[in-house]
Amino acid sequence: MAADWEAVIGLETHVQLGTESKIFTAASTAFGDDPNTHIDPVVCGLPGTLPVLNKKVLEYAVKAALALNLEIAEHSKFDRKQYFYPDLPKNYQISQFDEPIAENGWIEVEVAEKGKDTYLKRIGIERLHMEEDAGKLVHAGSDRLAGSTHSLVDYNRAGVALAEIVSKPDLRTGREAAEYASEIRRIMRYLGVSDGNMQEGSLRCDVNISVRRGPDAPFGTKVEIKNMNSFSAIQKACEHEIQRQIKAYETGEPVVQETRLWDEGKQLTKSMRSKEGSSDYRYFPEPDLGPIEVKADQRQAWLNELPELPAAKRHRYADALGLSQYDARVLTDERLMAEYFEAVVASGADAKLAANWITGDIAAYVNSQRLSFSELPFRPEQLAEMVQLIDGGKISGKIAKEILPELLEKGGSPKAIVDERGLGMISDPAAITAIVDELLAAHPDEVEAFRGGKNKLQGFFVGQLMKKTGGKADPKLANQILSQKLKG
Amino acid sequence: MPIGAWSDALRNGSATAKEHSEQALERIAATEPELKAFVNVTGDQARAQAEAVDQAIAAKQDPGPLAGVTIGIKDNLCTKGVTTTCSSRMLENFVPPYESTVTERLWKAGAVMVGKTNLDEFAMGSSTETSAFGMTSNPWDPGRVPGGSSGGSAACVAAGQCDVALGSDTGGSIRQPASFCGVVGLKPTYGRVSRWGLVAFASSLDQIGPFSRTVADSAAVLQVIAGHDPRDSTSLDVPVPDYSAALNRPIQGLKIGILQEAFVEGLQPEVEASVRAAAEQLASLGCELVDVSCPRFQAGIATYYVIAPSEASANLARYDGVKYGYRAADAESLSAMTAKSRAEGFGDEVQRRILIGTYALSAGYVDAYYKKAQQVRTLIRQEFDRAFEQVDLLLTPTAPTTAFTPGEHSNDPLAMYLADLLTIPANLAGLPAISVPCGFDGQGLPIGLQLMAPVLQEERLLQVAHHYEQAADVMANRPEAPLVA
Repeated sequence: MAADWEAVIGLETHVQLGTESKIFTAASTAFGDDPNTHIDPVVCGLPGTLPVLNKKVLEYAVKAALALNLEIAEHSKFDRKQYFYPDLPKNYQISQFDEPIAENGWIEVEVAEKGKDTYLKRIGIERLHMEEDAGKLVHAGSDRLAGSTHSLVDYNRAGVALAEIVSKPDLRTGREAAEYASEIRRIMRYLGVSDGNMQEGSLRCDVNISVRRGPDAPFGTKVEIKNMNSFSAIQKACEHEIQRQIKAYETGEPVVQETRLWDEGKQLTKSMRSKEGSSDYRYFPEPDLGPIEVKADQRQAWLNELPELPAAKRHRYADALGLSQYDARVLTDERLMAEYFEAVVASGADAKLAANWITGDIAAYVNSQRLSFSELPFRPEQLAEMVQLIDGGKISGKIAKEILPELLEKGGSPKAIVDERGLGMISDPAAITAIVDELLAAHPDEVEAFRGGKNKLQGFFVGQLMKKTGGKADPKLANQILSQKLKG
Repeated sequence: MPIGAWSDALRNGSATAKEHSEQALERIAATEPELKAFVNVTGDQARAQAEAVDQAIAAKQDPGPLAGVTIGIKDNLCTKGVTTTCSSRMLENFVPPYESTVTERLWKAGAVMVGKTNLDEFAMGSSTETSAFGMTSNPWDPGRVPGGSSGGSAACVAAGQCDVALGSDTGGSIRQPASFCGVVGLKPTYGRVSRWGLVAFASSLDQIGPFSRTVADSAAVLQVIAGHDPRDSTSLDVPVPDYSAALNRPIQGLKIGILQEAFVEGLQPEVEASVRAAAEQLASLGCELVDVSCPRFQAGIATYYVIAPSEASANLARYDGVKYGYRAADAESLSAMTAKSRAEGFGDEVQRRILIGTYALSAGYVDAYYKKAQQVRTLIRQEFDRAFEQVDLLLTPTAPTTAFTPGEHSNDPLAMYLADLLTIPANLAGLPAISVPCGFDGQGLPIGLQLMAPVLQEERLLQVAHHYEQAADVMANRPEAPLVA
């Protein structure tokens, strides 16, 4: 990007709230079933039906809002947003317009990019509101409306509860946008209010993006981008669009207000529809639902139920436990992983050592087996025991790695295994000296070469020693004794 | 026969629900060709329900408080498995897969449905002239309208086709036809009766209520249909009092407010005379008459004709030919299918109101129309609150005139809208109100007296209306009308 250009990016994130039933009726929210199997008269907007707010949706929305540092409105309301489209059974969407449940918050994101310094940035959040999702159209004979022979509509998703989270235009790069979206997802998953599954559409991001010449210049024309279904797609779409807009300005091409779609295959954005003027949704208060009230004591009770959130954990891991920013970030990515780590530390293990094991071999195993940390047979106190065996010089790291696969699969006490199989470290100087003597006697040529100046041969003797002891020799002590003996 | 006497006869074996329902169906067969009160007569359902009542009696089980009572149901109330058309081409073949709360409660109470009654299309009108299936006649003069929108329900009760009926009232759609047809019509407090299953016209104004030939019968029906319903977020969670027990409480000393702004210019002189005489009758029964002013009362109609169409424009958006209801043939595109289906499926008045409402909610107009109307609505409500600090009830005519003739207002929607001038304010304020017959004009057409009460004071309404009805005995001197029971 030319040095003086700056991008201004805001995100609208739709999070499906993971309630079992829909926002205004008891129909199931299950994903992936046959079309129109999770519908009822309310979902279909049959005449004479009425919406009733699912109380769990309100709870989830308020908890999400509290976690995003938003101010909760004591009184808010639902409105009807009107537009005709067949995926919208009533041809209006019950949403919140001018009195959303929550406004004016922020989150802190940690922006880490390869080859650049990691930095923290506070991103403002304009508002969070509740609304119902629409169904979806299936076009036959074409993947879109144009060219299709006929269209079918599936209302399974219609009426699923959404929280729409609108950021302030505080984001400046594609990476920041991706980190912001990823932090929103992480927070929602910590809260347990959404699975944040982007492939299934339970987290959807629309990006608003413009560029200007420096931070004091007026905003450029805003372009909306849709259809990104991963964080890296968000980043790439932003980066592509920023370049496209800059190039347009620099070559005198117009940048028009429009909606563009991210084409993952071609890695570019393309125009979907122009957005001249804003659509008139003819909002008005939903007369079928009363005011939404969140009393102070209820708000406080929900606040008390919030878990420690990822940003707080990241800070604590770095400040109180002395972990690197990187480790803190990896460990807190998933709540269950963080909780596993914390349980290991609580059982007495060194935090840094525990972090290495968890983010390394254990995470790899959990991912490859598609497990969650809560399902892992190797329990935190057992890992703590293993870490303490290593830390206390009872076993070597090599031995730990050897017994780990079995522990991961079945769990069990590392100490018991070590004792039973005699895997404990040889740290008796006399025993090691005896083995070293034997070795030197068996390799007189190498000893001579070493003494003749081939220092590298120390590695050969270490290898031989470890082979002979089955990796159990205390490496520090072994090196020490070897050095002594080799010098003669 | 009043419900009380009928109930005794049924229980002591001197009558059966079967005979009673057959009589109703015979009366319908005899009068319906001229009256056309029903969109659909449900003889089979009536016979089955009557049979169940007789079996319960035979088995010495409680058949319910409305056992064997024949009832007509306005055809904008969903009845499971029975077409619910809203008198519109759009829903001509719509069969709801669920039952409205009110009818569910009626069937549980033993009531017997004889049919679905005619209405102005989607309850938009004051004469049943906008029904896609033809107008209902006024039983007192088949050359006149029965009022509306619940004209079929008012007419079927007046004509003795059934004992009672249900209607819905958004701006007077129960009370005005009750007035035109010489029956009792009650619009309860907003939220007193569940709207689940009522096809919405204007959700913040719609309320379901009974038609009957006596005040006591309306009390008996309200008793069954009133009460909280978790399926309707706007239904009030407050206990339901014993309405029948309230009827005979003394009314001495109650203050009745004569609402000055209701006695407007253009009021038919016989209507004014009859209503003022009714007030004097109440005074003679011991009530105190007080002149009361609500200066914004007449602003109700302008307010209503912004709010109601605005809500209707959204409520009726769902009829797009996609999921159910009328779908136009041969549309070239998706939007053409929706546009064509709506143009062909809705009548003129419905389209007119959708256009008004869409306009009133559009960017650039919403502040001047919809929001302004909401503010006036609040002021009207506050004026009623102040009035009820002075008086227990307010008294007005129900309608400015007696029943008019078909076509009289059809080229002048505004004149038609004025038919609701006096009934609309109660809807805007959510108040309960009742229309009771209080006399006849020179052409033998009934006149209605409207009483309005503070929120949830249906007991007081029924109590005063009952005392008036007993003392005035208006029907004792009624004119000859072959279609009237």
